[in-house]
Amino acid sequence: MPTAIREISPPEAQARHAAGATLIDVREQVEWDAGHIPGAVFIPLGTLEQGIAAAVPDKNTEIIMQCRSGARSGRGTDLLQQLGYTNVVNMAGGILQWQADGLPVEAPESLTPAQQSRYSRHLLIPEVGTAGQVKLLESKVLLIGAGGLGSPSALYLAAAGVGTIGIVDFDVVEASNLQRQIIHSTERLGVKKVDSARKSIEALNPDVNVVTYDEMLLADNVERLIAGYDVILDGTDTFETRYLLNDAAVAAGIPVVHASVFRFEGQLTTFVPYEGPCYRCLYPTPPPPELAPGCSVAGVLGVVPGIMGLLQSNEVLKVVLGIGEPLVGRLLLFDALDGTFSELRLSRDPNCPTCSDEARAARERGEWKAPAAYGADQPFALGSIGALGGQAAGRPS
Amino acid sequence: MSTVRLPSVLRANANGERAIEVDGSTIGAAVQELVGRHPALAGQLLTPDGDLHRFVNVYLNGQDVRYLAGLDTPVGDRDEIRLLPAIAGGS
Repeated sequence: MPTAIREISPPEAQARHAAGATLIDVREQVEWDAGHIPGAVFIPLGTLEQGIAAAVPDKNTEIIMQCRSGARSGRGTDLLQQLGYTNVVNMAGGILQWQADGLPVEAPESLTPAQQSRYSRHLLIPEVGTAGQVKLLESKVLLIGAGGLGSPSALYLAAAGVGTIGIVDFDVVEASNLQRQIIHSTERLGVKKVDSARKSIEALNPDVNVVTYDEMLLADNVERLIAGYDVILDGTDTFETRYLLNDAAVAAGIPVVHASVFRFEGQLTTFVPYEGPCYRCLYPTPPPPELAPGCSVAGVLGVVPGIMGLLQSNEVLKVVLGIGEPLVGRLLLFDALDGTFSELRLSRDPNCPTCSDEARAARERGEWKAPAAYGADQPFALGSIGALGGQAAGRPS
Repeated sequence: MSTVRLPSVLRANANGERAIEVDGSTIGAAVQELVGRHPALAGQLLTPDGDLHRFVNVYLNGQDVRYLAGLDTPVGDRDEIRLLPAIAGGS
């Protein structure tokens, strides 16, 4: 037996919404994408029963329901009352009446017909949709390296419509690259990798603005190179570059999607400054080069950087779109021979020289000094008592 | 018996083994047992003083032992220990 439904006019809804009431739009994705009330929460009527608890946990919250004309939101109001919500009203006349009353509607940037066709498989996914695709087209992603990890990432990010892709690489295409660096080609042997990558990306998707940096990432240019990017994809091959990038990205507050590979294995995680650990929390010191050879010495199964690079792209898309659970504080291990993925938990090191609260405060005071990329190795003392927080576990060497 | 899983960067010095069963009741004892059985691993895992290198992370059932009790973290039956040295390869 439906309970009585209270209705309010759009101007009253606007006033109550401004005063703190939650406004829920129960229309479908395409309707939402075409324009919606600023600040409204989007929960299509069909998913209202499952979605409401997460969106509005407190059943005494003041809720205003809204749709196109007021009919669907009336059913939604009734449903919420049956679910025990005590303070729900329906906005009479829906967004049509809202607009007729001259109230503001947020219209997302629209896509061209060519873009609607190109990205149609994205537009069909509610978590992406027009608004998400617009976010991708407005996003700026920087790839450090157009090699094993960067090649597949660059292609898929370009295909996905990431609007600006920056690429830092100082190398030229060599024959030994082509076993895995699929953005390059045989006819481009000897060509600068950034130029080769640009050609492939532009051939795949003219929407992408490719910015190339034909230089090596160094302490004196890293800040300039990463400035203005939303996310960085770390596809470098040396510890030194990885530490440099980490320190600069934490200082600039830019997330870094990290991957590294060795023969049949890969490691992957997403570093979001101050939300989770950084690279120095994970590995406070690098191993000496003879104990950690790169791909050119140790070799690598070509598909492994391909798989890891695409997992990096997946992380980049999630971070840009703000969906899912990025691998923050989690290290994903891939073993190609076993065919297994394993997950390890990572923590912020409270004594991290780069991202601890103390380092952050020093940075804000303008007093922070980057640690040496190659710090001293402070070993775990096998005889000593390991302690919390990564401080007493190592002893000064 | 717990299992130590070795990434490929360590396998060359452990007769190619990917997983090794050990008896040690702490992380430190397990590592010492491992190195006792495969002395060639010492150079990769231990400093000249016999301590564990800081660039080798140790995880017990997916948790970094730095945030447990370090090398004194107790190891139980059927626990899984992972030794994970940093790798840099990306190109």
